[in-house]
Amino acid sequence: MRGLWQLTWLEIKIFVREPLGLFGTVGIPVLVFLVLGRLMRGAAAPASPEETFLRTGLPVLAAILMETSAVVSLVTIIAIYRESGILKRLRASPLHPATILTAHVLVKLLLTTVTLALLLAAGRRYYAPETPGEIIAFAAALLFSTVGVLSIGFLIASLVPTARFAQPLAGVIFYPMIALSGLFFPIAALPPWLRVAARVMPMTYAVSLLQGVWRGNPLTSHLWDIVAIALFGLVFTALASRVFKWE
Amino acid sequence: MSDPVIRVSGIRNAYGPVVAVDDVSFDVRRGEIFGLVGPNGAGKTTTMECLEGLRAPDRGAISVLGLDPFRAGTALKVRIGVQLQEAQLQKRIKVGEAVRFWASLYPAPVDAGVLLEQLGLREKRNAWFMTLSGGQKQRLFIALALINDPEVVFLDELTTGLDPQARRAIWDLVRGIRDRGKTVVLTTHLMEEAERLCDRVAIIEHGLVVDVDTPRGLVARHSPERLVVVATADASARERFLALPGVEAVDADGPSMTIRGRSASLVADVIQCVSRHGITVTDFHTVVPSLEDVFLRLTGRSIRD
Repeated sequence: MRGLWQLTWLEIKIFVREPLGLFGTVGIPVLVFLVLGRLMRGAAAPASPEETFLRTGLPVLAAILMETSAVVSLVTIIAIYRESGILKRLRASPLHPATILTAHVLVKLLLTTVTLALLLAAGRRYYAPETPGEIIAFAAALLFSTVGVLSIGFLIASLVPTARFAQPLAGVIFYPMIALSGLFFPIAALPPWLRVAARVMPMTYAVSLLQGVWRGNPLTSHLWDIVAIALFGLVFTALASRVFKWE
Repeated sequence: MSDPVIRVSGIRNAYGPVVAVDDVSFDVRRGEIFGLVGPNGAGKTTTMECLEGLRAPDRGAISVLGLDPFRAGTALKVRIGVQLQEAQLQKRIKVGEAVRFWASLYPAPVDAGVLLEQLGLREKRNAWFMTLSGGQKQRLFIALALINDPEVVFLDELTTGLDPQARRAIWDLVRGIRDRGKTVVLTTHLMEEAERLCDRVAIIEHGLVVDVDTPRGLVARHSPERLVVVATADASARERFLALPGVEAVDADGPSMTIRGRSASLVADVIQCVSRHGITVTDFHTVVPSLEDVFLRLTGRSIRD
């Protein structure tokens, strides 16, 4: 893993130099969170479904948006690097292929952490988190499920021919996953075939984990979600490493 | 001096039905600039990528510094320098950052600051990659190829797209690399570049090696014809030149006559003839055949087609 920290630091600097990418990754989840929160706070009566969504759904939605934008950004970057020959040039160096991907995952995790911190700071007035311990548990759940979801990104990044396809493809894959994840409708209320579909998507387990931890459950009570996310992560990473193309 | 650092024997590489490299063999000696020369699509880059370990040949064997490039991995990568055709870096990476990062990947890199100075990039060290000119980008890629003080340097279509001035500057850099004892392997479709820069060249066409030698040796072997151009108003000159031994033809174009022949003493013979017969000459020059002529002769087409 020689060069991992150097490459990670370099990629952070390069990412920050592009204002639009930075806004998309960090700014959009925070904005969605604040705007929706403000709109719904006025309308929601205590103990209504809107109020429940506001208290637990919205923070989780923001978390899922962060994960999705991390995947879209990863897929786009890998596609651009492949298209322009950067990957090939890196491959002709002693850098190990896994180091390149790991560096990008670390960059995404750092950005996710920054976004979460901004979100918590900005939403402080609306949703006072109960204890710092819960914040740490939520951050851990978020980072862990981000790695799991990013593994789908590896697979998409391995398959997309050009950067132009990367973003729409990531959207087509991710929006249905979010819709069926149990965030908007309880999974038990879905028709049986959609229930099956929801069960084979890693996003469903990420939502369950994040919702539970936000409500105050300890991480240990979501062991099944954690195992499922880890399994999805391993399978997608293994698949991606088999089909990955450098050029 | 003459022990081969690279041995290529009978490699073949196909992309599906398209055979990029059919049967290529050559040796590269320590300390020389060796050129793979041929038109676009001849198989130069594929051959190069096999040497760099980026591609495994379907058949045949390659040894670079005694190692199999595709299998050796890092053991070879730290000893070679690579510049790829049409490569890019991250748009917003700074020149200095790129060189320092590449340096961090190798066990014994050269000093990044000195290297930037040598390549004339010191003032550009804080510039983003996307703001560099074509020549500056190429010099940066040469810097990255030299950062590990490699024993063998691979340069693929180094000067494509550069203006003549930038091209000459790059040639000087490449000669400097050789003069420091490195072996250089380069590809080019520019015959002038091959002729001026390479110690030896392999002419490649349709995935086959047509011939390997020094540029001068190739010219002597394949284009032994010499040309002498004489401008004179003397009406008897043409007959006198035609009577010289070894002269095959004299083409007159107004006052200018082009004398063609194969004898090694053609130029001396013409000079003697001019002085013996007192022919008044207003212009005199010789035309030496070039690698371009060799290529035309060997492949039956111009490299620009």
